[in-house]
Amino acid sequence: MRSSTVAKAIRILSGLYAIAIYGFIFLPVVVLVLFSLQATSFPIPPFTGPSLRWYDAVLADTRLTSALVNSLLVAAISSAVAVTLGFLSAWGFARFVLPGSGLLRGLITLPLTVSYLIIGMGLLVLFNWAGVPKSLLAAGIGHVVINLPLCFAIIYSQMGDHQINIERAARDLGAPEWKVLLLITVPVMAPAIFAGFFLSMTFSWDEFVISFLLTRFDTTLPVEIWNLLRSGLNPKTNAVGSLVFAVSIVLVVMFELMLLRRKPA
Amino acid sequence: MNSATNSGRALPWALVTPALGWTLLFFVLPFLAMALSSLTAHDGGGFTLSNYSQFFNNPAYWQAMVNSLQVTAIVTLISVLLAYPFAWILAEQVPARWQRLALMLAVLPFWTSYVVRSYSWLLVLAQNGVINRALTGSGLFAEPVQLANTRLATIIGFVHFFVMLLTLTIFANLKQLSPSYRKAAADLGAGPVRTFLHVVLPLTMPGIMVGAFLTFVLCIGDYITPQILGGNNELLMPQLVMMQIGRRGDFPLASALSIILMAVVTIAYLACARWLKIERA
Repeated sequence: MRSSTVAKAIRILSGLYAIAIYGFIFLPVVVLVLFSLQATSFPIPPFTGPSLRWYDAVLADTRLTSALVNSLLVAAISSAVAVTLGFLSAWGFARFVLPGSGLLRGLITLPLTVSYLIIGMGLLVLFNWAGVPKSLLAAGIGHVVINLPLCFAIIYSQMGDHQINIERAARDLGAPEWKVLLLITVPVMAPAIFAGFFLSMTFSWDEFVISFLLTRFDTTLPVEIWNLLRSGLNPKTNAVGSLVFAVSIVLVVMFELMLLRRKPA
Repeated sequence: MNSATNSGRALPWALVTPALGWTLLFFVLPFLAMALSSLTAHDGGGFTLSNYSQFFNNPAYWQAMVNSLQVTAIVTLISVLLAYPFAWILAEQVPARWQRLALMLAVLPFWTSYVVRSYSWLLVLAQNGVINRALTGSGLFAEPVQLANTRLATIIGFVHFFVMLLTLTIFANLKQLSPSYRKAAADLGAGPVRTFLHVVLPLTMPGIMVGAFLTFVLCIGDYITPQILGGNNELLMPQLVMMQIGRRGDFPLASALSIILMAVVTIAYLACARWLKIERA
């Protein structure tokens, strides 16, 4: 009797608390999207929409649209490089006994413990000395640095014993190493490879400080949005922010679907 | 025989060398360059420790570190206290088939652009923003309250992000907990509150510590949130670093300040290393 009352009270309090936290989490997002949909020149209450005026303005702004294309390119290419290097090294460490293996694996995952600001600073100082100009390529190199350890860790943690056995079977049947790699390991590891790729995409797509330090004229979308912020509250920033949010959601949903496919519920 | 062992050794090295090379070339080498740069004078010239002594002698620089440590400590504490009950509700009170969706929804804004998220809070907190309109509109306040460009705004922006991050890590932790522990506690006569305090909470403590440490590291190194929401009224360490690069092009001082910031994170790590047992999957 008493314990069921307690359970009921806990249930009600839990519901209220969850609503409050969901409210806190979604408040800024709702405000962002809502006030992107009105035609006035300030994104503030009262709401007078709906209107797509500022979305038209964003799509007509070549600085923003080219930054968007740059961001997608940098994200796709740097993630592809990160996942390739991560996969090859994960395979090497999981399948072969290498001297100093633990230390070397630690080295690959080390960038995870250092803030983006410091990684960006280091590259800025090095490139400055070496005379490498600021560019999207420089920022892309930085994005591989932050995403490679992530891809490596995800793929390495998923390389289990049953995969070793499948590879061994292929080798026993006479397959050369490159065939084992391409026809057995890659397909078997596909979910982890995709997970690493999409996670890298989302991180690169959102990354600001490295791109800010390492690019100059051609830049990525977060840096271009940062430049927009100088004009204060601006409905155009709301519109482009809402578009960025939409792209992130697409990436996350794809990532979730990959995970669901890996372990059916 | 000999060639077989050679090719047997060459393959694994060929696999791991690109990743190792990338890390050495674009992570270790830049770090060394930064360390070296921090030991040179801004106006050229040779070896000097002046960039480091500036930090210890200039009260404004000290203050930035104190601000950073205070904000980070407050953010970490509030975020853990808000996220734990939320993760617990998602893990224990939400029906199993809805859990994945509930969690995904709870952390959806986590994945959006960091810059956009901070800007969104500016919309909420600004002088003519949603909260001030609600306060003045309802007659509670005659004048708008200064919310943006304050430490409070920085803390709110950070807590928003880290509540989501910690919900993810604590939720994972709670789900890993075998239900048999709770059953055993119940069989031995413990009520839900005692079971939680004596069984669930202690067993999830390591996960909380890892999450809190992650919060500490990410929070103390972040430039965007304090710059957009806190403004320049009070500087945090990353803002101080960026200021040296932006306004003065003083790479040596920026490098020295970055290394000091990194040292503080390393000290924090060593201080709580015994609670941070990150298990291999």
